Order: sequence, then C-alpha cells, then structure tokens
Amino acid sequence: MSFSEKTRTTYQGILQGMKDAGLFKQERYIHSPQAADIEVEFPTGASVRKVINMCANNYLGLSSHPEVVKAAHEGMDLRGYGMSSVRFICGTQDIHRALEQKVTAFLGTEDTILFPSCMDANAGVFEAILTKDDVMISDRLVHASLIDGIRLCSAMQDTFKHGDMAHLEQKLEMHQDRRLRLVITDGVFSMDGDTAPLDKMVALGEKYDAMILVDDSHASGFIGKTGRGTHEKCGVVGKIDVITTTFGKALGGATGGCVSGRRELVEMCRQRARPYLFSNTIAPVVVMGILKVFEILMSSTDRRDKLEKNAAYWRKGLQEAGFVLKEGDTPIIPVMLFNAKLAQDFSRALYEEGIYAVGFFFPVVPQSQARIRTQISAGHELHHLDRALEAFTKVGKKFDILGKTRQEIIDRFGM
Amino acid sequence: MADDVKDIILKYVTAEYLEDGADPIGFDTPLISGGIVDSFSMVSLKRFLENKYKISIPDDQATPEAFDSVDKIAVLVRKFAQS
Repeated sequence: MSFSEKTRTTYQGILQGMKDAGLFKQERYIHSPQAADIEVEFPTGASVRKVINMCANNYLGLSSHPEVVKAAHEGMDLRGYGMSSVRFICGTQDIHRALEQKVTAFLGTEDTILFPSCMDANAGVFEAILTKDDVMISDRLVHASLIDGIRLCSAMQDTFKHGDMAHLEQKLEMHQDRRLRLVITDGVFSMDGDTAPLDKMVALGEKYDAMILVDDSHASGFIGKTGRGTHEKCGVVGKIDVITTTFGKALGGATGGCVSGRRELVEMCRQRARPYLFSNTIAPVVVMGILKVFEILMSSTDRRDKLEKNAAYWRKGLQEAGFVLKEGDTPIIPVMLFNAKLAQDFSRALYEEGIYAVGFFFPVVPQSQARIRTQISAGHELHHLDRALEAFTKVGKKFDILGKTRQEIIDRFGM
Repeated sequence: MADDVKDIILKYVTAEYLEDGADPIGFDTPLISGGIVDSFSMVSLKRFLENKYKISIPDDQATPEAFDSVDKIAVLVRKFAQS
C-alpha cells in the first residue's frame, strides 16, 4: 500500500490545521440553476432553502438565460458533446474559430485564441511570449492566476504598488535595458471592485516601449458604454496589447477563457502556450452558448445598462443604511467589516434572513480587511435588492455597526 | 563605503515596499520571511543596490535569506563592493 497510515496522518494534520486556523473552505450545494433566486443546501444535509444570491459573477444574468440554454442544446445536436482531441490535432471545429472571430470583433483587438479557462490563458500566455531577456512588471494586487502564470515564465519579475502610475514609471525607467517590457494588471480588481487606470498605463507604455496585458475577467460584457471592458471605459480600445478574459462570469458563466490582442502575440500562444497545446478546448455545447451571449450583447446594451442602474441603487442603499463600503463604480461592492469572525457571523446571519453573501477574510484579502463581497446582477430585480437591503440593515443593526466608522468597528470587534 | 549604507537601504525599502501608514521597520526587521517583500519584488531591490553601489550581485547570492533584513543586505553590499 503506497498510501500508508503515516502518509494519511500527515495529510489529516494539514487539513486539521486549516480547520483550526479557520481557513477550511466548504462548498454549499445549490439545487437550482444559477440565478438571482437559488435553492441552497447549507450546511450539507440541511433542508434546501430559497435565498437571494448576492455573490455570483453572473453580472449580466445570462447564466441560465433561455436563449443561451437553447443555443447550447442546438450546439449539442449540431456539433456533438466532446472533441476527444486538442485543437491542433483534430479538436478544432468551425464554431471555435467563429467564436475567436466574434471575441476579436467584440473586444476590438486583432485576433483571439480560446483556452479551456482564463486560469489556463493566464498560465500559458507569459511563457509563450516572453523569454529570460524580458521583464514582467505587475500590479501588486493582480489575480492569483496571473501570479501563477508569471511564476511559470523565465522573464524577470517585478511589481508596482497597486494603481500607482508614478511607481510604475520608475520601474519602466529602471528596466529599459531589457529586450521587452510587459506591464500586467487586472482591469477590474475582483476583491475591491476598483478599476485600473488603463489610459495612463497605455501612455506610459508608449513612452517607455512597454506592452500592456489586462485580465478583464470582471469587466468583459458590462464595463464601458457598450460593455467591451475596462479598455472601453478608459478610452483605449485597440491600444491594449493583450486582453485575457473569461466566459465563466458575465459571458454566460459556463467555462472557457481566451487571449485576445496583437496578431503576433496570439499566434505565439497558438504555437507555444502549453494549456492550449496539451488540453482540449471549450466543448462545442458551451461554444454555441457563448456565441449566443455575444449575439445578445452586440444587439443591445439593455443588460449592462440595467446592471449599472442596479449597482448604483444597491451602493446608494447600503451607504444610506450606514455601512462602510469600498469606493468604486463597478457591480462589485464590498461591505467592510474588518474582522474575520464578524464577516463569517454576518454572512451566517444574512443566510438566516434568506440572503446568500459570503464573507472574505485573510489570506484572500489583507489582514483587518475582512468583508462581505456583494456582486450585483442584471438578473436582480428591484424587489431582490430591496429585500436584500432590508436583511443587511437588520443584521447590521443586530451587530450594531450601522453608522459606525472603520475605527469604531475595529475597536469593538478587533482587527 | 560610507556608514550610511544601512540608512539608504532602509529608506529605499520603506518607500518601495511599505504601504502608507504602515508600522516603521528597523534594520533587523524580517523583510521576506516577514511578508514585507515578496519574491516577485526582490528584483527591484537587487537592481537598486547594483546601480547605486556599482556592484554586481550574482543571482545565486541574491537569495531570500541574504535579503531578509536591512542588516543582511548591507553585509551583502559591502562584500561585493570590496570584491
């Protein structure tokens, strides 16, 4: 037996350590399609209850949209279930290339390559386009998948302070002796809901001959006037060299991701990116669903407009109720509680009130920055938001944090 | 080499890595093992030292241990400044 008792005990000790530290994650089973109203079993074995979902990445409410579901069914009928091959052997259908062209048109780039997920896109892109003679300069708060991709690449690694363009400029000056420079950032930062200043970043890129890479996973489909993403919001469409994004959030919420940008960089990924070369791509059924998502989004901005209104309504309601919020203008609205236990207790109390919103605390966010991250959807109706506001206010009163400052909450509950 | 090497390094590390309002650090504060400087960010510090003191620190000597406090970094700088 290779998995000896000693080995088992070792792992049990590690898992118990996670539980003792309050870092053990548990899934909650949802017994319904993803939507504003969901049916949840929590804790495991408990009876299923109907709750309002305030923490999905389903920004445009398209995860269970009838037209998307219908398109997926048709995809199954027309192109089958799976490909049983990587792209370059016999795993590419006409619809894969059609989706790549659709994404290119939507994002305003030169070309696109699909990946099984955006995690895979970020894992593969750096190694495919850079060498040890180059440098990657990343914002210090970029997503974990970018960090993993950076680690897999032989180029020099450096960072700049979050959103600090003066600091980035210092770094670009310092690294002028490298063959190529790549600046790396999230478009919208998922934990705080703030936006990268891409216009300033592009100007620095032009001044110091640096490429810009943006992970726009929390922006594609709804940020910017027509939902193209953070580059549209910042007025730099066509000037971002690489955009990585996901189809697992606003764009239907199933699976898949892509690298979209300069033709040569996309081609380098097609030749060298390992998650593309050694893994099947997005299943046909999902590709057809995503194509329908783009058809919906390119015919009307109604859904992103509704999302914008919903997010403003929710933010205003929470502010008037007296919560401390992170500043921003995206549908990610963190309610700051600062203390990890308070965040967990608050989430549990909300669940009792029929609201599903998860607490985030160290190490996912920095120490003393625990929070409930709320995420608004175009699938929310005003009655959902009013009901959720009522519950947040009731629980806020219970813990006596309404109208209290950061310091007052910390003084009472600790860091 | 001037005696203010440690002061210069401390000033650089404070400006480069500490967030506004963070507790001040000392010469012996653990930088990498203490989570103040992450491995991605070490390269800036190495390049700063090399440019400032006109030295070259081989990659195999630029270890997380050797960079773990201002005191230790100053030892490294002095070693290569003399060689």
